[in-house]
Amino acid sequence: MNTQSLQAVLDAGHPVADHRPWPRVVVTPEIWNTLIEGLAGNVWTLLGLWGETGVVHLAVREEASGMLSVASLPCPDGCFPSVGRRHPPAQRLERTIADLMGLHPVGAPDVRPWLDHGRWPVRHPLGAATAPASPVPPYPFLPVEGESLHQIPVGPVHAGIIEPGHFRFTANGEAVARLEQRLGYVHKGIEGLLKGASLEQAAQLAGRISGDSTVAYALAFARAVEAATETEIPARAHWLRALMAELERLAHHCGDIGAICNDAAFALMLAHCAVLREQILRASAACFGHRLLMDSVIPGGVATDLPADGPDILQSLVTGIRRQFPPLVTLYDNTASLQDRTVKTGFVKPALIRQFGCGGYVGRAGGRAFDARRALGYPPYDELKFEVPLRTDSDVNGRVWLRICEVEQSLALIEQILQKLPSGPVGVALNALGRPCEGMALIEGFRGDILVWLRLNSDGTVARCHPRDPSWFQWPLLEAAIEGNIVADFPLCNKSFNGSYSGHDL
Amino acid sequence: MALITDYLVQGGQMLLILLLAPLLTGWIRTLKAQLLRRRGPSPLQPYRDLLKLLRKDVVLADSASWLFRVAPYLIFAAIWVAAALVPTFASGLPFNWAADLIAIVALLGTARFFLALAGLDTGTSFGGIGASREMMIASLAEPAMLMIVFTLSLLAGTTELSAVARFMLNADVGLRVSLALALLALVMVAIAENARVPVDNPATHLELTMVHEAMVLEYSGRHLALIELAASLKLLLYLSLLGCIFAPWGMTTAGEDLTAYLTGVAAYLAKLGLGGFLLALFETRIAKMRVFRVDQFLGMALMLGLLGALLLFVSRSL
Repeated sequence: MNTQSLQAVLDAGHPVADHRPWPRVVVTPEIWNTLIEGLAGNVWTLLGLWGETGVVHLAVREEASGMLSVASLPCPDGCFPSVGRRHPPAQRLERTIADLMGLHPVGAPDVRPWLDHGRWPVRHPLGAATAPASPVPPYPFLPVEGESLHQIPVGPVHAGIIEPGHFRFTANGEAVARLEQRLGYVHKGIEGLLKGASLEQAAQLAGRISGDSTVAYALAFARAVEAATETEIPARAHWLRALMAELERLAHHCGDIGAICNDAAFALMLAHCAVLREQILRASAACFGHRLLMDSVIPGGVATDLPADGPDILQSLVTGIRRQFPPLVTLYDNTASLQDRTVKTGFVKPALIRQFGCGGYVGRAGGRAFDARRALGYPPYDELKFEVPLRTDSDVNGRVWLRICEVEQSLALIEQILQKLPSGPVGVALNALGRPCEGMALIEGFRGDILVWLRLNSDGTVARCHPRDPSWFQWPLLEAAIEGNIVADFPLCNKSFNGSYSGHDL
Repeated sequence: MALITDYLVQGGQMLLILLLAPLLTGWIRTLKAQLLRRRGPSPLQPYRDLLKLLRKDVVLADSASWLFRVAPYLIFAAIWVAAALVPTFASGLPFNWAADLIAIVALLGTARFFLALAGLDTGTSFGGIGASREMMIASLAEPAMLMIVFTLSLLAGTTELSAVARFMLNADVGLRVSLALALLALVMVAIAENARVPVDNPATHLELTMVHEAMVLEYSGRHLALIELAASLKLLLYLSLLGCIFAPWGMTTAGEDLTAYLTGVAAYLAKLGLGGFLLALFETRIAKMRVFRVDQFLGMALMLGLLGALLLFVSRSL
């Protein structure tokens, strides 16, 4: 067990110039292995693992010191030592690297394709981009052995209007023995599209990675660009971005609370919550011109300033929700039939949550107190008062309650922002460095922490951009959450996670 | 002449329930939507849906056998006959001698048997899940239903519904604990049998929690139309049953004049409307229960029925 600090380990590598705000270090296979050991020992948390031609990047965070860093391992022969071999959260990321880049994780326990279902016109689209060879063999699901087990394939097309994903249940009657997910149906080649895109196009693409987190993704992208180009944006832009991010969080938390209850056939809650969500979306449209605030956050600032009547609209929105929301919480808490469904359903072990570095409501409902707004304190959250709600019950009920608490926090944040909103311009032109530069950002979306890493060419176009959705570390835990539950409780567990298909499949 | 009129009235009743069944379903859906502050579809929507389905082609799974094709007709026939036997607006009609509670339970059981078989027939996992859950519910609901039948037959001295209704109309029945228990038990059985919240969700979008919808997932076109109509008829049947046994007021007897019949029909419609409203209200206020809670729910219905029957024995021996 190593006791070295992350700083000490990475000091042995070669830091890369022009990578901001955190260091990126080119490491040797020995340092890489030390990092893997540290991840496996839960000393550090895996934030992301992605590849480029001939290099793999590993983003890690040291929980104790809060230090964040990227380690890059050159792999000219197309092979790198597997992280997933010792640290399971990296397995799907490695399979994705193998699919997209053709880089092979040596010693990986699972070498099945992940995003590539054999239906693309090319193999390794971000790497050699060769034509696919022979037709791919059928995807082998993990074996489950035992008496009177039967399989239930669900999806990729579901009965409701949701995104596609395949869930393979192995059940004994109603009790689930194993759930295996298969995702990748909505792969759109976002990373390929981002390659070579101008910043304007890239910002639009980033805002469309996952429609429900459009502000969060645009914010992460913009912050990464600003970090790379060393651009300081005006204070008002920071505050307006936070305002948009909180509106987005508020809208989707309200929608989620209703949708979870609706999955227990308690449509009353959905009806009320849908009204709240609609009010928020209309206020967003009135203030910033788009219901979901798409393309409102741009590199260098925000696209639209808050109109003169904006503060009044938002204040009356907050007052309205403050009045309408508490009775709904009481309704949720007092409906015994609903509590019977949510309490103790879909429990995730806190140890797993720690191991996966799972963020968002799933992580915080399971005792992992990580919120990028607090942990990194990016502006303006360093000047705002808010609490990071934390629960330890880690079940569907806990995740509903965490959202309820976050709704209250977001309402308070919106009020604070409205009161303290500084005046001034809402955007600046980006610095043109005239040389390649790299930037990175980690921000808190409504679903969890979103990581964006990018490298810009000297002409300001995007050379490579990797957005990492919080769902990467939440989807695998859903497989664990359903263990020991019954098949019929899966919709509740799934909705309480509300993982992103689009953000995950890219 | 009287015989012909009686048969005409009987035929009229059979047609009436067939025509009313989709309206009842539509009425409940509209009410539920309005309780959720939605506008909701017109109560006539189920008729349009049925017409649409009847005009559509049937898509059959490759693995479907003859049983799959025959089952909708059997199910529909069994449930229609069962529903026609329940006295609605008039008692003492020609077929009422057959309107035996046990016969009705048996007809419904037959329909369910074929529905579960059809669910299993295509070999899909959802059909299997639905059939297994349906059988679990049935194995608990049927004993409870029989307990209710015993209670009633002990009281009224017959299992013939027409006679039960006439017995209940007698003023000297009074308030009885056994009847209250039987009513509660019958309501619970009705909720479970008709795949309503909290046992099943009729408006389900969740493939994994469905019971009834899971079994009929592979049906399309006219087959689906028949099954949907049969489901509506079954709901109507249970509401009629509740009305006939526990609220027979306004029910006329065969051989009366036209005004009496019209009053009977009006009273029947009012009962259905009220029953639908109460059902919609109940469903809006409650979440669906865990699948493994259904046995407790129906176990309670069984216990209530049993308690009702026992109380009668005890009170008789006193």
